[in-house]
Amino acid sequence: MSPLTARPRRVLAWSAPVLLGLVALPYVVPPYQTVLLTYGLVFAIAALGFNLLLGYTGLLSFGHSAYFGMGAYAVAFAVKYLKAESMEVFLLGGIVASGAVAALFGLLCVRYTKIFFGILTMALSQVLWSLAFKFFWVTGGSDGLRVPTPTLLGGSVRAGGDKFDFLSHRYYFYVLAVFVVGAAVMWVIVHSPFGKALQAIRDNETRAEFVGVQVWHYRWVAFLISGVFTGVAGALWVPLNGLTTPDILHWTFSGKMVFFTVLGGFQTFFGPVIGAIIYNYLETYAVGHTVYWQMVLGIVLVVMVLALPAGIVGTLKRLAPRVAKAT
Amino acid sequence: MDILKTTQLAKSFGETHAVDHVDFTVTAGEVLALIGSNGAGKTTLINLISGLIPPDSGRIEFQGADITGASIHRKIELGIARSFQLVNLFDQLSVHDNVTLAIFSREGRTRRLLSLADADVAVRDEAVLVLKQFGLDGRAGAPAGGLSQGERKLLDVAVAYALKPKLLLLDEPTSGVSTREKAPIMDIISQVVRSGGITAVIVEHDMDVVFTYCPRIVAMHQGTILADGTADEIRNNAQVTANLLGTQTA
Repeated sequence: MSPLTARPRRVLAWSAPVLLGLVALPYVVPPYQTVLLTYGLVFAIAALGFNLLLGYTGLLSFGHSAYFGMGAYAVAFAVKYLKAESMEVFLLGGIVASGAVAALFGLLCVRYTKIFFGILTMALSQVLWSLAFKFFWVTGGSDGLRVPTPTLLGGSVRAGGDKFDFLSHRYYFYVLAVFVVGAAVMWVIVHSPFGKALQAIRDNETRAEFVGVQVWHYRWVAFLISGVFTGVAGALWVPLNGLTTPDILHWTFSGKMVFFTVLGGFQTFFGPVIGAIIYNYLETYAVGHTVYWQMVLGIVLVVMVLALPAGIVGTLKRLAPRVAKAT
Repeated sequence: MDILKTTQLAKSFGETHAVDHVDFTVTAGEVLALIGSNGAGKTTLINLISGLIPPDSGRIEFQGADITGASIHRKIELGIARSFQLVNLFDQLSVHDNVTLAIFSREGRTRRLLSLADADVAVRDEAVLVLKQFGLDGRAGAPAGGLSQGERKLLDVAVAYALKPKLLLLDEPTSGVSTREKAPIMDIISQVVRSGGITAVIVEHDMDVVFTYCPRIVAMHQGTILADGTADEIRNNAQVTANLLGTQTA
């Protein structure tokens, strides 16, 4: 069995207690910690999408900030121009906007692989970044666009007076629910015949063609799904952050997604999820403790690549049988 | 009845005429060997027929239809499958998944996004059956990258076979394996091909394999067909003896 695949029962057996813990968390930790975890879960959704391309299709994108940013700006535009306040409308806008851009960019990118694919994705995301920067009368330029606290579940759940309480409880549960649904959908996708075809393309493009898989078409669909997942993450992120700026369209934000995935391990399904959550804590605490936080992150990345190339989850998976044998 | 026919098929790489206006036919149901020294054009001919590379000129017909410019995907749909000289597998997937993918593809089910591959019992069982035919059922759960060279060669053919082809192009199915392994590999391939009524074109260097398993032999030399006949006819062909077999059977 591929390391990327796992049996449904086994996954349920350990994910159910984890989920229960996540549900109970806002009642046992300070609200700030819950908000931090909400950011982590949002990034985890983006990481799930990103890893469909990297881990399962073998394509390293340096341009996923484009889809995250499109999700975020779609929400900001919905607020600014449509006066929308429903999170469901925001999500729909994020899906449509990121899906449209991913569909278009994917047409150009998926005909290439390796460094050419990476450079092309990065260049296209930089085009969006410069547009967001220069068209300030639409996008707010470097000041960005503010996004107020949304209503949830068709307006039945509202923020009320305490925004922080809303974000650390009701919004956290909302993000958690979207994350669980997203993870379940992605798990089914990667274990579907389509997912197997993607893994076949990753392993051997020529052979995939010779079993009848139309490689670029499958890559394009994977690119589209990946972009939409990342766009959903962007749409969930912006109410949490309260503001979207061109920074999230910059290629360095794409680099963060690469970091999540390497940190957690791109050869496992949940590796990027864990990587995204840990990265968020790591960055938050590094920023809070030193002005050299980028150096700290850089050192962590170098150590990960050199010492744990399989990432945290990948390494744990490899060590688990040895530990079990020893005990 | 001819299942495959090439007419004046040509492919050059720079000044080298790898396949030089070749007229070549394969009759339905036969097992044919393509022999020749390195650079004779055997693999290029297979690559042209299977669609890996386009011809410079000429025509390829499959079951009477012109497939010269057809895509690889279309050729597979029509019933042409191949294996490779350098084994081409999905190394990180299990042996079982290598075969199931071919079956899903054949059934047009690889576009399914929201159903679990492992839940398709019919495909799973068919894959096990295919692996049994190739003696690989005991290795079903192993990653394809962890197989021995002989097993990899068999799996390469098994993946092509799982597409249920009418014409199977096998590019050196015993290259890189020990002399001891060649006969068992060819026994399995021969049995599977014959029982399935599949037409097979086998590119092979090992003359013992060719003379044992292939009733018809086509010898190529410098991009052209030098001789075409039975094992005895090829053995006794002066041109083949001089250019390909040397003193081996003289």
